[in-house]
Amino acid sequence: MSADAVNNSKRRLLVAATSVVGAVGAGFVAVPFIKSWKPSAKALAAGAPVIADISKLEEGQMITVEWRGKPVYILKRTAENLKVLDSDLDLLADAASDGSKQPEYCKNNARSYDEHKAVCVMEGVCTHLGCAPKYVPDLNNPFAGSLGGDWKGGFFCPCHGSIYDLSGRVRQSMPAPKNLPIPPYMFKSDTVILIGQDGGKA
Amino acid sequence: MEQKTNGLMGWIDARYPATKTWEKHLSKYYAPKNFNFWYFFGSLAFMVLVIQILSGVFLAMFYKPDTALAFQSVEMGIMRDVEWGWLIRYFHSTGASAFFIVVYLHMFRALIYGSYKKPRELIWIFGVLIFLALMAEGFMGYLLPWGQMSFWGAQVIINLVSAIPFVGEDLGIWVRGDFVIGDATLNRFFSLHIVAIPLILIGLIFAHIVALHEVGSNNPDGVEIKKNKDENGIPLDGIAFHPYYSVKDIVGVIVFLMLFASVVFFAPEMFGYFLEHANFEPANPLKTPEHIAPVWYFTPFYSVLRAVPSIAGSAFPGVIAMGAAIVVLFFLPWLDRNPVKSIRYRASWYKILVGLFVVAFIILGVLGTLAPTEGRTLLARICTFYYFAFFLLMPIYTKMEVNKPVPERVTMK
Amino acid sequence: MKKIILTLLCSIAMINTGLVMANSGGYPTSPANVNVDDMDSLKRGAKVFSEYCLSCHSAKYVRFNRVATDLGMTESETMSDLNNLGVKFGSTMTAVMTTEYAKESFGAAPPDLSLVARSRGVDWLYTYLTGFYADSSRTTGHNNVIFKDVGMPNIFWKQEGVKKAIYEEHEGEKHIVGVEVVEKGTMAPEEFDTMIRDLVAFLAYIGEPNQSYRKSLGIYVLIFLFIFFGVAYAMKKDYWKDVH
Repeated sequence: MSADAVNNSKRRLLVAATSVVGAVGAGFVAVPFIKSWKPSAKALAAGAPVIADISKLEEGQMITVEWRGKPVYILKRTAENLKVLDSDLDLLADAASDGSKQPEYCKNNARSYDEHKAVCVMEGVCTHLGCAPKYVPDLNNPFAGSLGGDWKGGFFCPCHGSIYDLSGRVRQSMPAPKNLPIPPYMFKSDTVILIGQDGGKA
Repeated sequence: MEQKTNGLMGWIDARYPATKTWEKHLSKYYAPKNFNFWYFFGSLAFMVLVIQILSGVFLAMFYKPDTALAFQSVEMGIMRDVEWGWLIRYFHSTGASAFFIVVYLHMFRALIYGSYKKPRELIWIFGVLIFLALMAEGFMGYLLPWGQMSFWGAQVIINLVSAIPFVGEDLGIWVRGDFVIGDATLNRFFSLHIVAIPLILIGLIFAHIVALHEVGSNNPDGVEIKKNKDENGIPLDGIAFHPYYSVKDIVGVIVFLMLFASVVFFAPEMFGYFLEHANFEPANPLKTPEHIAPVWYFTPFYSVLRAVPSIAGSAFPGVIAMGAAIVVLFFLPWLDRNPVKSIRYRASWYKILVGLFVVAFIILGVLGTLAPTEGRTLLARICTFYYFAFFLLMPIYTKMEVNKPVPERVTMK
Repeated sequence: MKKIILTLLCSIAMINTGLVMANSGGYPTSPANVNVDDMDSLKRGAKVFSEYCLSCHSAKYVRFNRVATDLGMTESETMSDLNNLGVKFGSTMTAVMTTEYAKESFGAAPPDLSLVARSRGVDWLYTYLTGFYADSSRTTGHNNVIFKDVGMPNIFWKQEGVKKAIYEEHEGEKHIVGVEVVEKGTMAPEEFDTMIRDLVAFLAYIGEPNQSYRKSLGIYVLIFLFIFFGVAYAMKKDYWKDVH
């Protein structure tokens, strides 16, 4: 009887030991397969940071560059625009940008670096279903149709009508739930922006 | 005999023969207790199938079946850019060669223990069909990296199809989907390699195992264990596959993995036999490599092809001979007239004949990797003659054997 | 049975060696003796490659940032030492010369070198790079002992010096058996030899950048399997005590 008990517990131990080692082995084998799904060196190279030269960017003008397959809007606002951004808060769904994606240094009304307040960098991807919102600086614009007479400038998404202000913050009761996302970026100089990298300031 | 299971298993068993299947094929499948080293290769073949499917599925996520992109998708995409891609690729290339090593040894076991004899002829037939499907799978897979050897090896083999009289040329164009090997060929080989033939293989392997379990396994003594059962109907010389052979096969798998890992991590090219040097150059239809040879596991049959002289300028007789070398295997159960299964109890001189067969097969394999010379062609012809004589003369010489007495019960030698 | 199998295997091995050895044609290679784990050698080789080879040849499967990581170089080092065309850090090593221009100038496009160490082998490469000799019948002025009538010019003739082929007669035919320097180059012979070995080491590295990691990982895998074997075998032995 006791010999059997010893046998059984020895057997159980051996089975447990082999199973544990086997499970560990299976875990090790799974790693390469799972990791192979990560972006490859080719994808990472294509998604590398891009340089944008804003030396010729005038106030009220917006340029678009491509980064990771997405349009990135670089908009230089006027002093007037910036004042509006401090005061239009009642119209907005998320004035403090609590729910949207942006680096820490852009969590302010102008959604920009304090030292470069006028320049706003944001992804031109509507947070509703991904269309590219149109820049509508004033009513002299084909997309100004449904916007009221007191339009102070902003973005209008033609797909389902979402409206954003000039720092990409969405108005209340829009199809879009969040403000436009802002990627990490940094000023290499006053006129050169590197999009996709900010030296870890975020 | 049928016990009802409880709980979750009970619920499942009322709707699906889960426990029944487990018992019939594992915990109450009684296999002879005298399995030796040669009996590992069946489960190892299954292990390699799993390795090939797993690594293959992942390779197909990154491979591009387009002549302009294929080589780069392997040598840049998978081998460098994709994380761990290089390891998955080496799993697959090593696995391909491992599959043939294991399968050849598995077939050798069947040969020496008479596992192809009544009532196991159908297991053997399914097995030869698996071997054929495996060769097709390897041939199609080898074109995919689109290297020099991929292209030119396929060129030579498909040209053999064109050697068939009357229909050959049209057939060759039909196989290629074009007048030359190109995108049409590559795409269809890709589809066959990743979908059609794996499905066929899985179906054949399933049938192979079902047929085996229907009659029960053979053993090194060639004794039918079902002839001696105890009062419960369990063969006296049988032991339950699970747990005895499951735990033993796990050890076999680990030893295999040690050899497999040694190759994958320390010699994935295996001196140019598993990954051929010429295949690190992209396919160039305008530049023939110095030396075209099929991958090592096809070389014995390639030798047979080259050994047969052309008749009236046609390579067709060689093609027939190469095909016959495989087809003759189907007939083995009926060619061998000796009722004794295991080589242990057959005439001693039969062992010598089998040994010579192995030597001839290996020599043919080596010759297939080399460029032909007069001397080598002569040797290939001798070995080819022996290969066919070994099988085709069996109806005569196997009846002349004086067998040793076959035991009633298995021996634990 | 075991004895018969062993005898057969030995005789097969002997026959096979005989068959295979009877096949050595062509100029014999010299061993390259490169070490792909010698970072300094690889770094020197990378510079040589960038300076001399990338003008005409590409290594289009090799990314600069990968070379930097593997060889322990910084981004700025890599960009200044290796990146002739000033492409992005994550881009690949393309040739300075375009393929069309190369075909016009040399008759054939210089092949990409990403995998040349795997298709030709390091010994071949070393023998090739040290095997140029003066041949006035060729437009490049040089020929090569292992790659007859090669279209590539002898780019290192200034450093290595001008060489001539050494012939031996054998059964009425002249064969090249070696080369020797007739006009000294700017580099000492050992210095030049080291440079070539560094270059070949770099080619070996770019042929398979993962090779060092592959081997070191393999040790751990085998150790793991050894442990796994231990417990699994003990388990098997225990179960099989029941079987008589």
